[in-house]
Amino acid sequence: MTGFVQTQSIDARTAPLAARRSLFRVLFGDVLSTVSTLVILFAVIALAPKLVSWGLLNGIWAGEGTQCTGAGACWAFLRAKYPFILFGIYPPGQYWRPIGLIVIFIGLTLYSLPPKNWKTSTLWAWVIGTVVALALMAGGVLGLEAVPTDSWGGLPVTLILTVLSLGLGFPLAIALALGRQSDLKTVKYICVAVIEGIRGLPLLSLLFIVSILLPLMLPDGLKIDKLLRALVAMTVFSAAYLAEVLRGGLQGLHNGQGEAADALSLSWWSKTRLIILPQAISKVIPPLTNTVVVMVKNTSLVLIVGLYDLLSAGRAALADPAWPAPFAETYGFIALIYFIICFSITRYTHWIERQNLFGVNR
Amino acid sequence: MVWWRDQKFRAIALQLLAASAFIGLILWLTGNTAANLAKRGLTVGFDFLGRAARFPISESILSYSPTDHFWWAYTVGLGNTLFITVIVALTATVLGLMLAILRREDNPLAQGAGTTYVEFFRNTPLVVQLLFWYALVTVGLPSIDAPLNPLPGVYLTERGLYLPALSLNGLDMPVRAKFNFEGGLNLSPEFVAMYLGLSLYAAAFIGEIIRGGLEAVAKGQTEAALALGLAPKQALNLVLIPQALRIIIPPMTSQYINILKNSTLALVVGYPDISFVTATTINQTGQALEGIFILMLVFFTISIATSVAMNLYNARVALKVR
Repeated sequence: MTGFVQTQSIDARTAPLAARRSLFRVLFGDVLSTVSTLVILFAVIALAPKLVSWGLLNGIWAGEGTQCTGAGACWAFLRAKYPFILFGIYPPGQYWRPIGLIVIFIGLTLYSLPPKNWKTSTLWAWVIGTVVALALMAGGVLGLEAVPTDSWGGLPVTLILTVLSLGLGFPLAIALALGRQSDLKTVKYICVAVIEGIRGLPLLSLLFIVSILLPLMLPDGLKIDKLLRALVAMTVFSAAYLAEVLRGGLQGLHNGQGEAADALSLSWWSKTRLIILPQAISKVIPPLTNTVVVMVKNTSLVLIVGLYDLLSAGRAALADPAWPAPFAETYGFIALIYFIICFSITRYTHWIERQNLFGVNR
Repeated sequence: MVWWRDQKFRAIALQLLAASAFIGLILWLTGNTAANLAKRGLTVGFDFLGRAARFPISESILSYSPTDHFWWAYTVGLGNTLFITVIVALTATVLGLMLAILRREDNPLAQGAGTTYVEFFRNTPLVVQLLFWYALVTVGLPSIDAPLNPLPGVYLTERGLYLPALSLNGLDMPVRAKFNFEGGLNLSPEFVAMYLGLSLYAAAFIGEIIRGGLEAVAKGQTEAALALGLAPKQALNLVLIPQALRIIIPPMTSQYINILKNSTLALVVGYPDISFVTATTINQTGQALEGIFILMLVFFTISIATSVAMNLYNARVALKVR
């Protein structure tokens, strides 16, 4: 019997081409496909003409409230009210200041997006930028007219709440997450109680607690304004959720990392700062950005404690009796702003996931 | 070794420090609260629960009248919260399953529609959606004199929806009376807005959880099942779904708890759930501490009970690793 040994490697073959399906097969291939195609086509055919005639053909693009009769969209309302929806009751002559804040925050965000800019100097840029932006809003320095927080409103309030609650919540979250992983039982149980206690409550009741109880719980005479109170609630809330995300990163870390650091006789502090945290945080960047989306959406809840964020400003604009309350246009406009912010973050998260920055095997 | 470098000593000292800081903070806050309450002449206690509530609750599944006691008003609010949570959870699960199937279709039209839905509903705040639906069913619908009548027996008006109801002697159709419709099933605008808004929002998340669970099961599993000669339906039911369920259940639990927490937004549209009752009670009696305490207690109890139940179920379907 003669043996046979393959001595030359066989060239890799390309995968067989999938047969191209005709458009008809794609859309009406099986029962399920046919049903969904028909339902979607029917919905589009039924709704599209109505939407076009409402929004474009019969839309009122300019003019007064009396011209909006209800046959079409009242775009004139948004045209008249968009400064109010975006900036609330901020003094109209000073609109460049909230615009400055928005520009600073957008600029900082765009700068921080590429991973090559993730360094300590960026962190400092955020700290300085936030202080400058808040000073710009509040005034009282450099000859700027002082504007109390009661007059802040619209998009700047939404952005301030998001940025500050996440920025202040993150260090707190690191402490809570580390505490939860700690060998010290007392520390561990305190952290578990705090994290689970906050996560068990709806944000709405947390806002209630802070807006009603905080004034009672602090020494008499210590007054904190509404914006700060809402910020406290949002910060505590984001800290608890971020801590859970970070816990995922800490648990995903191989034991050997900490043991190696111990073997090198690093102190607990150096070990945590140089070995554990950088690896744990980089593992959970996608879920962290998801938490950002959650917090952006949650800022809209502050309307319950009477703050003028984007949504409350829109609601207040709708109450003007000179206009016929075009709610679909207004809520659509507000939803669009939120959508642009949140959808961009979502896309960015996908992009980051694809980069597989740290060669993490999934 | 120096005594303060000793590991054991440090561990005990650190724990003592943490515990006393935590307890100190709590004592400081309660001390301030007590002092502030005393200064304002407020008394703390749950006596008010036995007094008559004297505020109306527009709709409820438990019977209620303003002469009932506060504790009953709370129970009625809780009943409404649980009611809306359960029916929203059921509806959203069905819708989510449909969405997941739609997005797994090999049909670009279906995929596109599913993706658009999910991205739109997930990336806008729930409050905005709720307010939109509420405005749609109050401002957007015609008055009761000229109702929208898409199907026989179904009337859409700014005062709510009137639908045929199932009763013992067949269908009970709503009939136009002098001021209103009578008979049939009447859904208030607040309920419709809450139900629609919460269901459509939760469906987007549930759809993604189900789709993610199905996709997380390695493709080889289905292919191997098919190669073994199982019919596509058997491969789905015997191989794909049991494995996917394991992945789906934990996030599903938190999603159901989210529906419960999100139902507190009823306050925004005025559906009388537990947060609405709490807010009204605090307004009327000034018993803020007690009101919030009850609200917290209710949520802790339900959250913990749900996660215990789901953990038990999860333990049953989880992979047995030996």
